[in-house]
Formats: sequence, structure tokens, C-alpha cells
Amino acid sequence: MGKYVLQRIFYMALTLFIVISLTFFLMQLIPGSPFSTAAKLSDSQLAIMNAKYGLDQPLPVQYAMYMGNVLQGDLGVSFQFSNTPVTELIAGRIGPSLSLGLQAMIFGTIFGILLGIIAALRQNTWLDYGSTFVAVLGKSIPSFVFAAMLQYIIGVQLGWLPVAFWRGFEYSILPTIALSIFPISIAARFMRTEMIDVLGSDYITLAKAKGASGYEIAFKHAMRNALIPVVTVLGPLTVSLITGSLVVERVFAIPGLGEQFVTSINVLDYSVIMGTTILFASLFIFTVFVVDILYSIIDPRIRLSGGNN
Amino acid sequence: MANHSDKRFPKAMFEPAQVDEALAEKIEKPSLNFWQDAFLRVRKNKAAIISFIILMLLVIVTFVGPYINGYDSETQNAAHSNLPPRIDALADVSWLPFEGTWEDRNGNTLYPYEERGIEESYWFGTDKFGRDLFTRLWEGVQISLLIAVLATAIDMIIGVSYGAISGYFGGRVDNIMQRIIEILTGIPNLVIVILLILVLEPGILSITLALAITGWTTMARVVRGQVLKLKNQEFALASKTLGATDFRIIFKHLMPNMVGVIIINTMFTIPNAIFFEAFLSFIGLGLQPPDASLGTLIEDGFKVMLLYPSQLIIPSIVISILMITFNLMADGLRDAFDPKMRD
Repeated sequence: MGKYVLQRIFYMALTLFIVISLTFFLMQLIPGSPFSTAAKLSDSQLAIMNAKYGLDQPLPVQYAMYMGNVLQGDLGVSFQFSNTPVTELIAGRIGPSLSLGLQAMIFGTIFGILLGIIAALRQNTWLDYGSTFVAVLGKSIPSFVFAAMLQYIIGVQLGWLPVAFWRGFEYSILPTIALSIFPISIAARFMRTEMIDVLGSDYITLAKAKGASGYEIAFKHAMRNALIPVVTVLGPLTVSLITGSLVVERVFAIPGLGEQFVTSINVLDYSVIMGTTILFASLFIFTVFVVDILYSIIDPRIRLSGGNN
Repeated sequence: MANHSDKRFPKAMFEPAQVDEALAEKIEKPSLNFWQDAFLRVRKNKAAIISFIILMLLVIVTFVGPYINGYDSETQNAAHSNLPPRIDALADVSWLPFEGTWEDRNGNTLYPYEERGIEESYWFGTDKFGRDLFTRLWEGVQISLLIAVLATAIDMIIGVSYGAISGYFGGRVDNIMQRIIEILTGIPNLVIVILLILVLEPGILSITLALAITGWTTMARVVRGQVLKLKNQEFALASKTLGATDFRIIFKHLMPNMVGVIIINTMFTIPNAIFFEAFLSFIGLGLQPPDASLGTLIEDGFKVMLLYPSQLIIPSIVISILMITFNLMADGLRDAFDPKMRD
């Protein structure tokens, strides 16, 4: 186990290193000066500015400096918001994104798992077909289309919930639903397959033979084992939440990281783009790592290479 | 006992049957090849068949659509800007939104066609430059499909070759190639796509390239798994003994056995690419005007959602239908090709 964890940590660090290097070198490829007022500056002013930000150094030195800064949590300054440090911008924006993401993750997985269990218990009935239909819709309809439709129908036409902004719980309901449609569909499909698999195994037949009620069998015996593989989809779900948050936050005008990311893409605020990219990548890499470790801990049937037998 | 002479079961029924040795090996049904076999199973899946029909109709409309109503997608006409959809034949059907009216925020009905004295009808309305949205929509779908199919093709070529080489040669080659994939899949696709498009300038080619670069790893993994399974089987060994080259064994003997998985994977990649293209357009990294794709149409429609909802709703419906039919078809094919499902 220990060896496996160490190996995974090594890969995690390597992947992160490659991501940071990639962002740095791609940034170098983008034409133009990082200073928005470059055209108005004289040569000597430009030289001073370049010296201040270390841009007069040779590329390897700049690379080393950048890497050192990133490791210390310094992601540079934003060009768009008059030189505010990127770290500060992110810190100010991460709150709504985190709470929205967590809400969607919790609601999405719980609701999806329930849907999957119902579908498996009532296989080939209209309940099953209904839940499969929801799963197909959730997997197929792009989150921004779904978000815009929710906003238009429930927010604008029916007026049941606020259309946009972030001023309290009722403002977060529509974005949460929009963001969780993908987790719901993935969790439901996965759970249904696993449940059907588990329900066919011997120990369930034994439980039935001993006279356990349907409710007891489903939730006490079958669900526990069916849940284990569902943990593996948490990694891909994190990615979908990040991707989804970019557009959902934009649709509902939520002042989160995703909304800021899209804005900085539109105004080409490179340092913010790079900083957020690195943050998203680390989040993803870390989640996959945690999920893998978690999986090997909770399922005793799985002992990964180098584990104790 | 009396029962021995039951009239219902005369002695003749218990004569030993004549066994003809030659008939024991007789094949009752015509033998099916891989495709016929798969088709038989796909046919049972109603959702997949209906999806296939809808998708084919949609593709036909996509290629015919731009030529049938006499407008082109780029002519601007300021006098005809932001017109609602109007189809003369359907204007009297009250539940269909084709009577050529908008509703303003206070619930009043506006009649822009009558107010501006416009005689002709735009089936799906016009955008803010007065361009016909019916024509633009289908040209947009063409571009979206083009990007998706192109990206998937590149994806398939890279993925299949990489996976086949990695699986076939095994050992250290496999080890190194798998570590590379492991690291690549560790980086979120979104990050690579966004960075690449920032560097390359948004356009059909750069979007296609970005999608292809990030998409091939799944295919490579699946193909590798298949090659590992197949390469030690007798037919591969026989071919090797007869002196076939590695290249020939991989592409002539192993590949036909993997067609199923490759098709399944491709069918899942296409909707994924359609989604990603639209997604990129929505966050401002899509095609540049005057080109249109499904993504840019949705993006433009979203900006004027409150005033002219049909500009958002129509492309949204089209992309949803595309995605749903592709996914259902892929599901159906997976069930049909999956060897575990064989009965």
C-alpha cells in the first residue's frame, strides 16, 4: 500500500510539473506584450518594465523563476484588474464556485444513486425506463443548453426562482440543478448496473431465503456493495463539475472562478488564465489520486500492486 | 399395472429414433458474418433504430436545408433584423410558434412583419444583422458535424496505431507508452484544449486539432487491451509462423477482430466532439464571425434570450436532438457488438 501511494504521489507531482511547464511554454508562444500600454511606452520605459518582471532574462531563467513562484503560490499579477495578484483574485472568487460545486456534487450523486437503485429494483418497468430516460437526457444535453433553458422557463417564464446572481440559497437552486444533471445521469446509470449485478449474487438470495424484507435487502445488503465501484466515477464527475461551472456560472452570472475564467479568456488576461488552469488541473489530479486511494481502502477485494496480501 | 397399457401412449411412441450421423452436424440457420450478426442484435433495440432514422433525417436536412428557402447565410439586411420565425403554412396552428410574433416583457404581442411591411417569411426568423437563421442553422450544423467527424477520424488513427503498437510489442515499449498515457490522462482535457486554442487562434482547424489531440487516449487504451487479448491467439501465432510481418499481423489479422470496439468508441467520441465545439464557442473560444456553428448560434441566441427566445431555443433543440440520437445509437451499438452480450 505504502509503495503504491508513493508511486501515485510521484506521478501526481510529475503531471503537475508538466501542466505548469506546458502553461508556461504555451504562454511564451502567444504573440504580443503582456503590458496593455506597450504601444505608448518608450524603449527605456519598456526596458524598465521588462526588468521589473524579469522578462529581460533568458528563457530558462524565466522558466525557473516562474516555476519557483508557482510553487510558492505566486501566480503572477492580473493585467485586467490593474495588477491585482492572481492568487488574491482566485481567493476572492473561489467561495461561490466551491459551494455551488459541492451542492451539485452532493445533490447529483445522492439523487442519481437513488434513481439508479429504484431503476434496478423495478427493472423493466416504467420507473426503470423513466430513470434511463433521465440519464440519457442528462448525459446528452449540454449543461449550458440545459442551464439556459432552466433559466428561461423556470426563471423568466414561470418566475418561480431568481433568474440570476448570487445572493442566497434560493439563487443557488437553479444553477445547482443545471450543474448536477450530468452527475445524476452518470451516477444513476452506474448504480443501476452495479445494483443489478449485486442483486444477482448468492448472498442476496440467502438474505431473501432468510426472509429479509425487500427494503432491507436493497438498502442494507445490496446498496453497500454496489456503492463501492460508484466511487470511481467521482474523478470524472469533478471534471464535469469544473467544465460545467465555466458555463453555468456564466449563464447565471455567478461571481465564481468559472465566470472569471471565461471573462479572462475573452479579454486575454493570460496570467489569470494560466493561474486558473493550474488550479483546475491540480484539483483534478488531486481528486483522482484521492479517489484511487479511497477505492483501494474501502474495497478489501482490491489490493493494488505492492499491497499487503 | 393397468397404466402400462394406457391408450394415450401407444408402444410405437417409445421406439428408438433413427440417428443419422451425417445430420448431427447439420447447420439449421444460414451462418452469419460479423456484420449480419451485429445488425440482428441492433435491430432489436428500438431506441437505437429510431435514433438512427432521426439522425439520418437530420443529416439530410442539414445538407439540403441551406438551399431550399432561397436565402443565403451571409447577406445582411438591416431592415429585416431580429424577425420572429414565420412559416405561412403553420401560422394558424396556435400551439406552434410560427405565427411571426414576439411577446415583449409586459406580455403584449408584437407584429414585426406587419409593422415593417415585410412580405416574405423567414422560417426560423433572422438575427440582429437580418441574416436568415434557417440557412445559418443548417450551415452551422454542417460545420459542427465536420469538426466532430474530422476530430474523431484523427483521433481514431492516432489512438488505434498507438494502442496497437503499445499492446503488440509489449515489454518496455508498452511500459513507456502506457506511462505517457497515464500522465496525459492526468491533465484535464479542458486545460489542453483551451491553451491550444489560445495559441493557435480559434478556427475550424485549431478546434479540430485540439479535440483530436486530447481525445485519442481512450481509444488507445481500448485498442491496447484488445491487442493484448488477441495477439497470443492461435490465428496470430499461425500467421507469425508463416512469416507475416508485425505490421501485417496487426492490420490484417488483429484489426478486423477489433472493428466492433473501435466503432463503439468512435460513436461515443462524435457526440463528445460536438459538445466540446459548442462548449468552446459558448465560452468565447469558438469560430469567428461570419462563420457559424451550433455553438456560436446558441451563444448569440443566449445573449438575446429575453427579447428573442427563438434564437436560443431552435439551435438548442437541434443540438439536443443530435446529442441524444448519437448517444442512444452508440448505446445500441455497444450492446450489439459487446461480446459479453453474445448468446
